[in-house]
Amino acid sequence: MNVILKYTLIAIAALAAPLLFPEYQIQLAWLWLMVVFALTWDAVGGQMGYNSFGNVFYFGLGMYVTAVVQRDLYYDFEEYETLAGSLDTLPPADYLTGMSLGLAASAVCAVLCAIVLGSGILRLRGHYFAICTLGLGIAAGEIAAGIDYIGAGSGLVTPVFPDGLGEKGLFFCYLLLALAAVTFLVLRWLYTSRFGLAINAIRDDEDKAEAMGLHTTRYKTIAWCVSGFFLAIAGGIMGDLIGFIDPVDTAFAGATFGVWMVLMAILGGKGTLWGPVIGATIFHVTQEIFWTFLFGWQRVALGALIVIIVVFFPQGVMGFARARWPDRFGHRVESVADKGATQ
Amino acid sequence: MDNLQILLDAPIFSVQLLIDGLLVGAIFALVAYGMALVWGVMNIINICQGEYVMLGGFITYLLFSWGISPFVGIPVAFVVLYLVGWLTYRVVICRVVEQDLFISILATFGISILLQQLMNQLFTADVQTAEAGLGTAFLFNNMVTVPWVKVVGFVLALSVGVVLVLFMGRSRMGQAIRATAQNARAARIMGIDTDRVYAVTYSINAAICGAAGALVVMTWVVQAFQGLAYTVRSFMIVVVAGIGNLPGVVVAGLGLGAAESYAGFLLGAEFQTAFIFSLLVVILLWRNYRLRAQRKVLR
Repeated sequence: MNVILKYTLIAIAALAAPLLFPEYQIQLAWLWLMVVFALTWDAVGGQMGYNSFGNVFYFGLGMYVTAVVQRDLYYDFEEYETLAGSLDTLPPADYLTGMSLGLAASAVCAVLCAIVLGSGILRLRGHYFAICTLGLGIAAGEIAAGIDYIGAGSGLVTPVFPDGLGEKGLFFCYLLLALAAVTFLVLRWLYTSRFGLAINAIRDDEDKAEAMGLHTTRYKTIAWCVSGFFLAIAGGIMGDLIGFIDPVDTAFAGATFGVWMVLMAILGGKGTLWGPVIGATIFHVTQEIFWTFLFGWQRVALGALIVIIVVFFPQGVMGFARARWPDRFGHRVESVADKGATQ
Repeated sequence: MDNLQILLDAPIFSVQLLIDGLLVGAIFALVAYGMALVWGVMNIINICQGEYVMLGGFITYLLFSWGISPFVGIPVAFVVLYLVGWLTYRVVICRVVEQDLFISILATFGISILLQQLMNQLFTADVQTAEAGLGTAFLFNNMVTVPWVKVVGFVLALSVGVVLVLFMGRSRMGQAIRATAQNARAARIMGIDTDRVYAVTYSINAAICGAAGALVVMTWVVQAFQGLAYTVRSFMIVVVAGIGNLPGVVVAGLGLGAAESYAGFLLGAEFQTAFIFSLLVVILLWRNYRLRAQRKVLR
């Protein structure tokens, strides 16, 4: 009952926020994106212990697939290339159809890619996995920058948001909120199921888990598929919100989004359910408040922030809270005095 | 793939590509040697390796823009980067050296982003080079051109490598470093100050990268965001050669240089970065596949 009340309150707050503060709608949309980033990274990195720097690959993939489906469904390729932004906006119904088909296609593509790539890459362990995924993300961006069909290095413009669907900020804010909520609930359900136990076993000791009869590669691939599925949908939505896809700076942005997801999950607490949500919120709010004052030095600050968090605060907010108030997390606390008395 | 036809029609181009690649490959091998050193001794994969190279390059470029010969830049970059490496070790690396590998990867990745953006702010994102003004050699009836500076860079890279090998083999510190690499705990029991060994190892690595960066800016170009490519190159070389296999590092470095030179010609310059990072993924997958195959034989 308590849990339901808590979730209802959060849901009401999240639904009311963009209406109460209309000027922050786009910011809120970004916040929900950050939550999806951190949650999906944590499913693989935190719960399964496979620290990936390449999850941004699925984000960029979703962005491109959605944009290409939307473009090829209603526009002529040649015309679109030359006229780009000045074409007529689509009727709302067509826009929604194109978008949902695009998102479905991107989700399918991401899952297929996760299966194919995962069968090879997920067999790597530890630092080899981390660096391989780092290479994957950057290679994808560089390759996308060389393909003319998707705009090559000069980027791809996504269809313009039509009139008649309400405010753009509100629409995308609710869309991303829905995605974040679904991601959270699905992961929450997965973590409480047998699947969650399996991936935690893989994190703790993969060889032992395999010896116990777990089909580890299958579990790892499923986890990566789940992560890629939600990231691809998030990418598709973001492509339409931003309106322009740059291969290296928005789609496969390893140096920003790719690192942010890791940072947010660690900041909140790796391997916890609420940690990534908390981490994403803290990170996004800090970023928005402070970064405007830094005038181009914000990326330098990001590097320093990564070092500081990783070196001095690797357990994250949830880890800190767990160490501080262990009884609230269901750990039985035995004081030293009790131990002495029983012995 | 039009260029493949050119290559088949005029095999002399192959000689040109091969020479270019091998001369650059020596610098890759030098950077990879530093990475293997840190990896072997401290068990840290130094992601900011490439940024040290770029930093060394920019220091030499700065001296060059003040009218000082880029050859002076090599020792200057070596010393400055030694200090930078020492500072980095004292502030960050000494706190992560005993920890989980992922923590050190992420911490050095943070340093890498920090340095990258710092250089971007200080030197802008433009491509910079420092001309040593040595002229060009013409071989085979002027069919093949070799800039002398690349030959000098090659020789210098190899001589820095030789000095390092001598330092490792002969000096007291080198012995201490090798002892720590074999077994840090035993080395500590024997009275070796492993903390100091780590500091020296990490600083020497940074200094090697600085010298390599000075060679890069003379023979090629430097740009604030190119660092990660050098990190990935040295990682690939170390993975292919194995830690502590010096001849392997040299061969793999030269081979990578040649492969990149061919790929740049055949695929076009815009795919060069893509080639490096794709090659990384392929090499890691191939390595894993071979290891699994070997395990099957053992079973």
